[in-house]
Amino acid sequence: MKKIVLHGRKVVGGVAEGEALVTRDTISGWGGIDPVKGIIIERRHELCGQSFKDKVLVFPGVKGSSGGSGMFHRARHAGTAPKALIFNEMNTKAALIAVVTHVPAVTGLDQDPLKVIQTGDRVKIDADAGIIEVTKKQS
Amino acid sequence: MKLTDAEKALLQGSEGPARQKAMELLVKYGEALGAEKLVETNNVCVSLTAGAYSTPRPAATERDVHAALSQMYLDSDEPLEIPRARVYTCRLIREMDPDNWELQGIDPVRHELNLLTERVCAGIGMQLMHSCTPYLLGNVPVMGEHCAWIESSAVIYCNSVLGGRTNIEGMESATASMLTGRTPYWGYHLDARRLGTHLVEVECQPESVMDWGLLGYFTGEIVQDNVPVINGVRRAPNIARLKHHGAAAASSGGVEMYHIVGLTPEAHNLEQAFGKRKPVATLKFGPAERRQAYENLTSATSPDIDFIMLGCPHYTLEQLWDAARRLEGKRVHSSVSLWIFTPKALKTIADQEGLTDIIRRAGGVVMTDTCPCISRVSPKNVRTAATDSAKHAHYMPAMLGFPTWFGSQADCIEAAVTGKWRGELK
Repeated sequence: MKKIVLHGRKVVGGVAEGEALVTRDTISGWGGIDPVKGIIIERRHELCGQSFKDKVLVFPGVKGSSGGSGMFHRARHAGTAPKALIFNEMNTKAALIAVVTHVPAVTGLDQDPLKVIQTGDRVKIDADAGIIEVTKKQS
Repeated sequence: MKLTDAEKALLQGSEGPARQKAMELLVKYGEALGAEKLVETNNVCVSLTAGAYSTPRPAATERDVHAALSQMYLDSDEPLEIPRARVYTCRLIREMDPDNWELQGIDPVRHELNLLTERVCAGIGMQLMHSCTPYLLGNVPVMGEHCAWIESSAVIYCNSVLGGRTNIEGMESATASMLTGRTPYWGYHLDARRLGTHLVEVECQPESVMDWGLLGYFTGEIVQDNVPVINGVRRAPNIARLKHHGAAAASSGGVEMYHIVGLTPEAHNLEQAFGKRKPVATLKFGPAERRQAYENLTSATSPDIDFIMLGCPHYTLEQLWDAARRLEGKRVHSSVSLWIFTPKALKTIADQEGLTDIIRRAGGVVMTDTCPCISRVSPKNVRTAATDSAKHAHYMPAMLGFPTWFGSQADCIEAAVTGKWRGELK
């Protein structure tokens, strides 16, 4: 099986492994997710209606209201949060969401994760070391 | 991240578990951002609301409120007592107008929880501004002042118009700043992030409050969260215009800072605005762009209006005065609700001046402390709304579910009186 390794920077430490859910659309916490159901609800989002529960969520960055962190905080309490976060663009909204979701998170990767990782790939993330190991799904 | 001895002591719990949690959160958040250190702040804006993230239950005691706030905003697994604010902290917009909560359709349990939370916030030393516009109420940061503010429309005003320095904070990070007097030294606290990225050449001079909203809405959609530099503005705007401009740009794109060459404090000229950089793109704001912004803001088709919302961001006294003059001797149509939002401190002055009475006699209501999108409240059975706020025109259709017209205050008040929308782009 083909394996790809990416190197980046720790956002929040920890180790996790799971199935990737990849989107090219930025994520909005406030008004963009339903924390009780663990799904994206933003009307024009390409993942609208899909569940991020226990997935390794791979996305460009975070937009929208600063209230977004509270939504991911609630998702953690509801047990619907993603297993890990991998993203490109850092801002205060993305940082705070990663912190309150309490899951491993990595940014600043040496290859664009949106190109390398596809939905359904197996992803192992060691955030403290900044290493991501991608096992491509069988096609 | 490098911490001072005082910061390390807080982190070790020298001043109790709540401040320890607050410092832990700031350190995690600062490391997540990649900040090298924290910076001192004595200017925090946050909006603690005990029922914001859950269905309100009857919270019998202040202790319950402390528990809810510490679990939600300090990311604490244990319920903690929130100690006194360490630095000057303003409580921003909240969930209801305590004088009009019944008209707003707030249930009594939520109302009681709000009053209880207000007492807790006063008890820990927060300034009860209850507005999205702290800069209208005497919190006017000076050039270079490090702040930790929530509320996108206030952040963009602070950075762009005043030269204060803040990122868009979240409730958790701003609460932690309140208890520690620190915020990560990152983003708009640093010179480099404040430089312009995109050049906007103005071919259509923005004159009215509405024009400035259109310019902001157009620019934000294109530059997203970058820093636009607006060039070619010939006439200085005023607070109401820049308040509207920033709120619009923050809504369509997430802009946290802009420059207007020759007018805002970090852009005496193009060279200062861009530093040594070249613009990554140049945009033109002409008649076609202005019309496009207007059309993007319009989601209504029926001329029959049920609800007029004015005052997002909260109205200045000048705007209230204008509204009162337009409504004097008139009568709001029987099928229309006219709600006008302003900070309570300004309403107190409007009361003394008789402006509130003029608006009330015409059939309008001056409300304080909140807005329809924050509290998710509106009159019953609204089918079509109108507003003079680009931000509310942007959010109301999605958050409250009704199509909305966007126009000037004059358009809105004419529609309030006749029940028919006749506004158009002039």
